[in-house]
Amino acid sequence: MTAQRKPRPQLIRTKLSMPCQEPSDRIQNFDEVPYGYNEAEAVFEAQRCLTCKNQPCVSGCPVEVPIRDFISLVKERNFLEAAALIKTKNSLPAVTGRVCPQESQCEAKCVMGRRHQPVAIGNLERFVADYAREHGEEIPELPKSTGKTVAIVGAGPAGLTCAGDLALMGHKVTIYEALHSPGGVLIYGIPEFRLPKGIVKYEIDFLKKIGVEIKLNFLVGSNKTVDELLDEFDAVFVGSGAGAPRFLNIPGINLVNVYSANEYLTRVNLLKGYKFPEYKTPVKRGKIVVIIGAGNVAMDSARTAKRLGAEHSIIVYRRSKKECPARQEEVHHADEEDIEFRFLTNPIRVIGDEQGKVKAVECLQYELGEPDETGRAKPIPIPGSEHLVECEIVIIAVGNDPNPTIPRTTPDLEVSRWGTIVTERNTGKTSKDRVYAGGDIATGAATVIAAMGAGKIAAKDIHKQIMGIEDEEIVEPS
Amino acid sequence: MMYIGNYSNKEEKLEKITHNCTYLSRKISESESNMFTLIDRKDVTAESVWFKIEAPDVARVCKAGQFVIIRANDKGERIPLTIADWDVNEGWVTVIFQKVGASTYELADLCKGDYLQDCVGPLGIPTYVENAGNTVVIGGGLGIAIATPVARAYKQAGNHTDVIIGVRNKELLFNVEEIREFADELYICTDDGSEGRQGFVTDQLLEMIESGQQIDTVFCVGPPIMMKFVAKVTEPFNLKTIASLNTIMLDGTGMCGACRVTVGGETKFACVDGPDFDAHLVEWEETMSRLSGYKEEEKEAMEHYQKHRKGCQCNKEGEQK
Ligand SMILES: Cc1cc2nc3c(=O)[nH]c(=O)nc-3n(C[C@H](O)[C@H](O)[C@H](O)COP(=O)(O)OP(=O)(O)OC[C@H]3O[C@@H](n4cnc5c(N)ncnc54)[C@H](O)[C@@H]3O)c2cc1C
Ligand SMILES: Cc1cc2nc3c(=O)[nH]c(=O)nc-3n(C[C@H](O)[C@H](O)[C@H](O)COP(=O)(O)OP(=O)(O)OC[C@H]3O[C@@H](n4cnc5c(N)ncnc54)[C@H](O)[C@@H]3O)c2cc1C
Ligand code: SF4
Ligand code: FES
Repeated sequence: MTAQRKPRPQLIRTKLSMPCQEPSDRIQNFDEVPYGYNEAEAVFEAQRCLTCKNQPCVSGCPVEVPIRDFISLVKERNFLEAAALIKTKNSLPAVTGRVCPQESQCEAKCVMGRRHQPVAIGNLERFVADYAREHGEEIPELPKSTGKTVAIVGAGPAGLTCAGDLALMGHKVTIYEALHSPGGVLIYGIPEFRLPKGIVKYEIDFLKKIGVEIKLNFLVGSNKTVDELLDEFDAVFVGSGAGAPRFLNIPGINLVNVYSANEYLTRVNLLKGYKFPEYKTPVKRGKIVVIIGAGNVAMDSARTAKRLGAEHSIIVYRRSKKECPARQEEVHHADEEDIEFRFLTNPIRVIGDEQGKVKAVECLQYELGEPDETGRAKPIPIPGSEHLVECEIVIIAVGNDPNPTIPRTTPDLEVSRWGTIVTERNTGKTSKDRVYAGGDIATGAATVIAAMGAGKIAAKDIHKQIMGIEDEEIVEPS
Repeated sequence: MMYIGNYSNKEEKLEKITHNCTYLSRKISESESNMFTLIDRKDVTAESVWFKIEAPDVARVCKAGQFVIIRANDKGERIPLTIADWDVNEGWVTVIFQKVGASTYELADLCKGDYLQDCVGPLGIPTYVENAGNTVVIGGGLGIAIATPVARAYKQAGNHTDVIIGVRNKELLFNVEEIREFADELYICTDDGSEGRQGFVTDQLLEMIESGQQIDTVFCVGPPIMMKFVAKVTEPFNLKTIASLNTIMLDGTGMCGACRVTVGGETKFACVDGPDFDAHLVEWEETMSRLSGYKEEEKEAMEHYQKHRKGCQCNKEGEQK
């Protein structure tokens, strides 16, 4: 498609932001914060797109969604077609439209963004996907069964994507998931107010409709090992994620009411602790909650704490605001919700009362020094700056390590010193024949879209391997 | 795979407060869960309940000392319970649990033929029973349920195995006959002396040690305060002591850290690094305070349960439990 020379509508410099629940309202509920565009708004925003010939946005997308072309379809109000086009590359657009860090991916590359604000690609993706969901998507016609079988370990974005693609190629796919609900981080980690669970459920129902079987409450490595799965299946894909929470090595870390973000969010999201006692899993509520870290996980925890009634939800972060690894929108929403930020601050000790419950965090103030090996200014502690931050709950959100279960129970699977499974980048192959891996278990904690991309790549290679197709016969994506 | 236990025998001996409500109340919810049939259930004492659960994937691979996590319904808590017994061929596992709070009461309300929403396992590292030598297995309160399969496994692995069980009073005793069947010696302790020896399990243990009896390994499970004192008793004698920790858990797969304990100065996750640990290295105060972290919420949950309790749903009018 070439850009046509025709008079452009007047250039609109700023993104059309999505209408949102008022901050004062939304901190009282767990409903989604932005309402999303309506049709007119979507078309209006789409018209900001310049339909660039070289479409730099696409190269910013880890799975190369045909962004320019789907936006063109939105301009023409062909929303269902736009959705179908996105789905050729990205099987969970309603999810990624909400959770991708667009500002560092597609939108970072958008030509409009050089002088003005980039096109709101994420918002448009979300609109298109929601539209399609609400207006009924057709179940694609399935090819004839190949008679081949594939086992998938873990029902996170990597596993779900791999499963979907393989099912659409005619293979019989079974997903094994340890938890009682499929979705991985999408279901236990990311809160309802950011990613409604109904959307995740819809995507999973879709997989079931195309014949994917999901076996819950099944821990691979315990109920069956990868080797045993290899006896039953033609190939195995491991998408077991980076679910092992890191704790800080400081005194008091095991006091009562010190949570890992995983535990806190799992209690609230997966087990619906915010509806306690109707739902039976409790979660602590406190007036002052301190969250350590400043990524998406920390923002989610801080905003969840606010919704559970915290008067002060305080993010403590070693570096400065600029270095916050969270999505821009999350930091912005957190700001609006009066989440307090203590930058250049780091905890050195958690202090408890006589009953062993948290009562304060002792922190040290930092200042910015020379850039470190990551190029970010290195925070240096200021001597004598120790101070107490009183609180009732502490949430540790300093990152997650790869889930060790599969590496521990699968001999001759090459694992890096970080505990990730070593894979071939462009195929997802591991050191073990017929075993593939992708997503956070292969890269360490990353993003939903990267995990999905890895699932897709592996699906393609698994298909090749189990069908005995030679390399030349497959057209490599450019 | 090892088969442990002799079922028909046990059933006869269990208390007879049986539910005669069968297959009428299958609470099939909308969830995707694969649903686990409650093949049978019995009240073994006024406080403890025995479940036989259809779970072939668990039965096929489980070993003594491992546990399952079960959920009564889709609003339920995930409750860790030690696998008491299992049958590979018939594809079931059993658990015995004490009614201590809302979730265990709610579980106890389930009837024969109902479904459990979820059952995942086996979780945790099996108890290491090889070459333990002369062992003393101690179970206190609900710990008796956990001690039984472990003691049996010690015995089957060829170790001389004595068992000490302790409860407040004789009404709370269970599993006595089964333990007697395999144990070399069984000692019963009650706080009020209504059965066996009056006193704590530690009194019995100390007496055995001081009498010069050869003991190589002590395994204890029960209230943490009991385990702490067992560790105190054996420490001066440098006697290898293993405690099975019943920490609070969520996923049971190493994903949340709710179950963390400090052992020998290091943070461990009881669900994947345990549940068995060297009792002399466990930080008992911390373990106890972490277990009591939800006191207020537990009370609130219990009140909510009592107010909304539906009891067994399979009844004909007026026959609620
Ligand atoms: C709170 C939070 C917020 C986040 N926010 C964002 C965001 O806004 N944007 C973004 O792009 N990314 C975000 N991320 C990161 C993103 O969610 C992950 O990168 C992504 O989910 C990785 O996908 P995955 O499929 O590799 O693994 P996961 O989503 O972790 O799924 C792995 C699944 O495998 C299961 N499993 C593990 N071991 C076994 C086993 N042995 N047997 C059976 N099942 C097993 C697990 O239970 C889990 O369900 C966030 C992460 C968290 C924790
Ligand atoms: C690995 C493991 C194996 C277990 N095996 C068994 C078993 O075989 N039989 C059995 O009866 N119980 C067992 N437990 C304990 C059982 O899980 C708890 O009793 C149950 O979760 C309590 O839930 P509740 O909502 O009914 O009580 P709650 O309302 O949560 O608590 C009520 C009371 O029980 C105490 N309590 C809460 N959780 C635990 C716990 N994890 N351990 C001990 N006391 C607790 C509380 O301090 C409180 O006093 C095991 C626990 C673990 C971690
Ligand atoms: S770079 Fe921006 S303006 Fe250009 S095609 Fe992509 S979205 Fe449209
Ligand atoms: S129960 Fe979650 S890590 Fe042990």
